Amino acid sequence: MPEVRIASGNELVAEAALAAGCRFYAGYPITPSSEIPERLSKRLPELGGVFMQFEDEIASVIAAIGASYAGYKAMTASSGPGISLKQEGIGLACMMELPLVIVNVMRGGPSTGLPTRVSQADYMQARWGTHGDHLIITVAPATLLECYTETVRAFNLAEKYRAPVFILSDATLSHLHGRVELPAAASFEIIERRQPSVAPEDYYPYDVDRFGPIPPLPNRDNFPRYRFHMTGLNKDKGGFPTENPTVVNADERRMVAKIMDDRKAIDSCEYYRLDDAQVAVVAYGSNATAARVAVNDARQRGIKAGLFRPITVWPFPEAQVRELAGRVPKILVTEMNLGQMVYEVERAARGQAEIITVLQAAGTPIRPAQILQQIQVAAGKVVGDSIRREVLV
Amino acid sequence: MPFHYELRFVGAGGQGNMLAGTIIAEAAIFYENKYATQVPTYTSQVRGGPTKADVIIDDQPIEFAESTHIDFLLALDQRAFELYKGDLKVNALVLIDSHLVQVSPEDQQRRDVYAYPIVRTAKYEIGKLVTANILAVGLTVELTAVLDKENVRKAIRACVPAAFLDLNMRAYDLGLQAARELRSRKRQLMAADRLACPSMVPPSDVLTALAPSTCGQPLTA
Amino acid sequence: MSVDYSKYLRNEKLPLSWCPGCGTGIVLKALLIAIDELGWKKDDIVMVSGIGCAARGAGYVDFHTFHTLHGRAVPAATAIKMCHPHLHVIVFSGDGDMMAIGGNHFIHGCRRNVDVTLIVVDNWIYGMTGGQYSPLTPTGSKASTMPRGNIDPTFDVVELARGAGATFVARGSVAEPVLLKTYIKKGLAHAGTSVIDALSNCHVQFGHRNKLNDPVKLVHHIKDSTVRRSAMAKMKPEELAGKLATGIFVEDTSKKEYTRAYRELVKMAQNPG
Repeated sequence: MPEVRIASGNELVAEAALAAGCRFYAGYPITPSSEIPERLSKRLPELGGVFMQFEDEIASVIAAIGASYAGYKAMTASSGPGISLKQEGIGLACMMELPLVIVNVMRGGPSTGLPTRVSQADYMQARWGTHGDHLIITVAPATLLECYTETVRAFNLAEKYRAPVFILSDATLSHLHGRVELPAAASFEIIERRQPSVAPEDYYPYDVDRFGPIPPLPNRDNFPRYRFHMTGLNKDKGGFPTENPTVVNADERRMVAKIMDDRKAIDSCEYYRLDDAQVAVVAYGSNATAARVAVNDARQRGIKAGLFRPITVWPFPEAQVRELAGRVPKILVTEMNLGQMVYEVERAARGQAEIITVLQAAGTPIRPAQILQQIQVAAGKVVGDSIRREVLV
Repeated sequence: MPFHYELRFVGAGGQGNMLAGTIIAEAAIFYENKYATQVPTYTSQVRGGPTKADVIIDDQPIEFAESTHIDFLLALDQRAFELYKGDLKVNALVLIDSHLVQVSPEDQQRRDVYAYPIVRTAKYEIGKLVTANILAVGLTVELTAVLDKENVRKAIRACVPAAFLDLNMRAYDLGLQAARELRSRKRQLMAADRLACPSMVPPSDVLTALAPSTCGQPLTA
Repeated sequence: MSVDYSKYLRNEKLPLSWCPGCGTGIVLKALLIAIDELGWKKDDIVMVSGIGCAARGAGYVDFHTFHTLHGRAVPAATAIKMCHPHLHVIVFSGDGDMMAIGGNHFIHGCRRNVDVTLIVVDNWIYGMTGGQYSPLTPTGSKASTMPRGNIDPTFDVVELARGAGATFVARGSVAEPVLLKTYIKKGLAHAGTSVIDALSNCHVQFGHRNKLNDPVKLVHHIKDSTVRRSAMAKMKPEELAGKLATGIFVEDTSKKEYTRAYRELVKMAQNPG
């Protein structure tokens, strides 16, 4: 039996983290993510886990990485400015190949921007925020239920691929309170990091020759027995610094390939009413809920519209978009920013479909009517002045 | 006929609008087995900034949680009212605090407006300013009739501190009662085709029929 | 000091990357001997470091070792200690790393009083990046980014740690390595945040810009610049001018150690009422 709850997006992220086995959280207060640490500050001690509020965002991400090294499932959450501060640490987790879940509850920016207002302007930052070649798996929940299920999945991906994983939430979703029917704990899989089967003296944290591209990593019970070194420098199989060009080049490629080579298990996209679509709306996160309403409204008006929704937003589902562009003449990309994912869509579409946008960086959600209007334009059925006919202001 | 109802609670930070919205949403979900969402919008100003809580109640899962076709608006603050009065349906129910919010003749004409000195009544009649939101919930429930009164009472009980339960129940009952009187007064006015509103209502008079802003003005165009 | 400390080293990683005559090795040796005297097991020790010459020390010791980002050793060490309170956690890093870029973490670490030992290898300079001035570079000294002499006032690591709430604070130097070992040993054994300001010689980056480009000369200079706390009472103010005191300055067992406070919090959360 699913459990019916009323909860906010932030509370569901926190509860899902616990359900996934997170026992270490470090953070710093920032709107609109603060309900995550507030909930965890109550719940983690009840479960014997560690909750700590640190002196700043940087300390928080480093502490979570330290806890992951020590075998704990760890998370940190923040919003725009805080995520900018955490970026160097996120790169450390990439290089050390330590599981870590980072929640970015997106708000307006740049800089302090709109602390309490919604945005999706950190889409590219999630992918490219830290320096150096790297790839960070990123999931974007759109509904309250997905705040829960995608957080569980984020932990599973982090543990499975020994890598940091971003959850891109947003101010609207984080504070949305509503009814949600949570899946029973027994109904979803919890992935634990692979454990070394070799003796401690034979264990090397990056021994890919022996263990394959994702070597095991001691959990909290095994950590004290397995002594090893980790560094943010380019490393050899033992975790020690190396500048050997062959070793470095192979390691850099493997860190990306371990994710790219297993896309089938990582990708997650929703296809909604796309079978016969003439206009495909591409949207993610809470903005996709407006897009879905617009698609349904368009269908009622006789327009063959559909929704393509990346749930794993990074790595970008380019094969899926390419296939879509091959059969749908118009693609409408909508984002609560000035246009970020649209670059990826354009790249993947390779000119096969006409690409139009509904973009807004106002701090307020894009409305279904705004998307509907552009669907109508794309379908050649402009009814510009009728879009808000039900609404008299 | 599918059921779908949109409410918006606007005010100034600290007035308790968010909780009012939460109570309505929780009553719908837990006690009426409906779907409901509450989406708060606020500023960085903890006290005094314009706030908005959108509540949608539906018998189906809610796709888009921002209110765009509002059936009912409660306003406890002028600035928030001006900012968030968009998206109202024609003839939407509007409940304003008669001492804090003024409604333009145009709005008066297009909406079904009720005015009541909510904050003042909470402060002086009930004796606790913080009960204003529960008083407003009472008014809302009676005027909208979208939820069972007793179900909302259960939701209030679950939301407010035990020490203030009696006081809040009084506020809730007073809100229900006041709304009934507002409505019967309005019916009388309409029946008599008297479109002019009474002159300024003294603060002690807790029953205000229409907003002060429209005083002395005909409501017809 | 006839201890065979090679059992604590990852001997295959030698030789050390530090310059010949560098004081960091003396500080590391003092630490390893202190550990040996305490009889700690290698499996029970975690060494965390930031970035810089001293921070590379973590790579050479056969403990759990975690070489983090510039300045960020303290939060990592704090987290590891919180996850495994029975392990001994040591931070080994330089003055630029811990006092400048990591200064905020340093003071908040001291404030919390987690049972972690912070060893500041204090050589008054950024060595690895080429001799830029640090918050510990003496005023008037030259550095690659202070070619006319440093105009910046310095931090006093001892006073900073004391003010921030560390419960064990000592200063020693490579000029008196046995005493330094004693301070480190006491710091390691102390239940709470312990800070050891270990004055060390960087004759290559600091020395060569300040007419002290020989390790012996610089170690003598450090010795001449310091005075034992116990001897200070008998000295005149003019003799003390410009000198740094060495010794143990804070040894406080009254403040609750943080992992203990957290255990109590967990107990409270698990048994409400």
